[in-house]
Amino acid sequence: MRDYQAPSDHPIISVRGLCIARDGRAILDVDHLDLDGPGPTIILGPNGAGKSLLLRCLHGLITPDGGAVSQNGQALTDQVRAGQAMVFQRPVLLRRSVAGNLDFVLRRRGLSRVARKAEREALLAQGRLADKARQSARSLSGGEAQRLAILRALACKPAVLFLDEPTSALDPEATQEVEQMVLRASGQGLRVVMVTHDIGQARRLAREVVMMHGGRVIEKGLAAQLFSGPQNDLTRRFLSGGLMV
Amino acid sequence: MQDFTQEFIIALKLVGTGDPELWAIVLLSLKVSVLAVIISALIGMPLGAGLAVGRFPGRRVLIVLINALMGLPPVVVGLLVYLMLSRSGPLGVLQLLYTPTAMIIAQVVLVTPIIAALTRQVVEMLATEYDEQLRSLGVSRLSSVPVLLWDGRLALMTALLAGFGRAIAEVGAVIIVGGNINHVTRVMTTTIALETSKGNLALALALGAILISLAVSVTGAVSVLSLRGERQGVGHA
Repeated sequence: MRDYQAPSDHPIISVRGLCIARDGRAILDVDHLDLDGPGPTIILGPNGAGKSLLLRCLHGLITPDGGAVSQNGQALTDQVRAGQAMVFQRPVLLRRSVAGNLDFVLRRRGLSRVARKAEREALLAQGRLADKARQSARSLSGGEAQRLAILRALACKPAVLFLDEPTSALDPEATQEVEQMVLRASGQGLRVVMVTHDIGQARRLAREVVMMHGGRVIEKGLAAQLFSGPQNDLTRRFLSGGLMV
Repeated sequence: MQDFTQEFIIALKLVGTGDPELWAIVLLSLKVSVLAVIISALIGMPLGAGLAVGRFPGRRVLIVLINALMGLPPVVVGLLVYLMLSRSGPLGVLQLLYTPTAMIIAQVVLVTPIIAALTRQVVEMLATEYDEQLRSLGVSRLSSVPVLLWDGRLALMTALLAGFGRAIAEVGAVIIVGGNINHVTRVMTTTIALETSKGNLALALALGAILISLAVSVTGAVSVLSLRGERQGVGHA
């Protein structure tokens, strides 16, 4: 990270001594991790590496057995968490219209009716869902549903956006649209932290990579460096398409 | 057979001509049952939702208890409410026995567990699905209750319908606490029972037909609403 200086307002997420155990076995064991590089940050690794678990800890959805997560040196209080948003692998949309899903968040932000309408329309246009505003969110296709989930997360006006394998169930076209939204969000200054096991996707999106295996971070670095010269044997094997067992 | 046909024709005339006595009974039945369902919903829905999202000691026991209370025998409920409201009972001073209010109380006791148990099922299913998303959006457990109730609204209408069905068709409890007094507490079910025993089949048949039409139209309306919601993907658990 020596060649990168994070902007002063860019949230830095730090993990210290994070540990989660099940049946006496550590399933997540991250002693020291600072997400302080340029975004998007991609958490990469095979299934069962602990990527999604780490993401949930970073967002405060799971309380670890030990250790702590902080953002810019602050503990994950409700106030800090209010500046974060998360998109899940399978979009959980409210049983309301497309616009209703966005309104739910905009109303929670206390926006006036006029401000809500303006922001809702801007978001719908951004996600190419303007013509489906009145349609039930449940009737959207997989790609549209995930785009709406991202828009709803963006409606929270977060400083940090977590995404947990948002394209794992999508076709290439829908994946591309989601990736474009992710890059746009990152370009607008959001710290994007995304989990994937898709190496191609990581190469397309990442500027910072956290490589995980067996609940541990085995390597972390700038994407360009990590992809061209991985230091860890397991990372090398994973990137070359080898099986990590 | 001839007698039945004649009775049936008289019954149709009673319905068709808008016999005031018949419609007074129908209106009282509706008033008692609709009020009972509204009161039961006001108690049962928050109770069911609280059981679905709350985490407190004894929650499991309470869920089992409420589920068990769904099968309360109406006659026993009638007897218990009678004992509570009778002159020597703890609420005797209110002088509610043999009034429509007593019938509403009995129906509320019968219907509340049904609405609470069905609400709990609907809300718990939604809460499981929405849990991480709502927490991610900063919605607390308590403030998730209105969200879950709203998003499960069509499934909850079925719960209300089940409650209404139980209330409007109930005879055992209301006959004990209402006394089946003409022009005061006589409702459709108690009248059907009384008139059948007296051999006045025409009135019993007319009321029976109205009762069935009511049940079918309410069920039909909710089914249409439910199907529409299912197609649009709104309000279903």
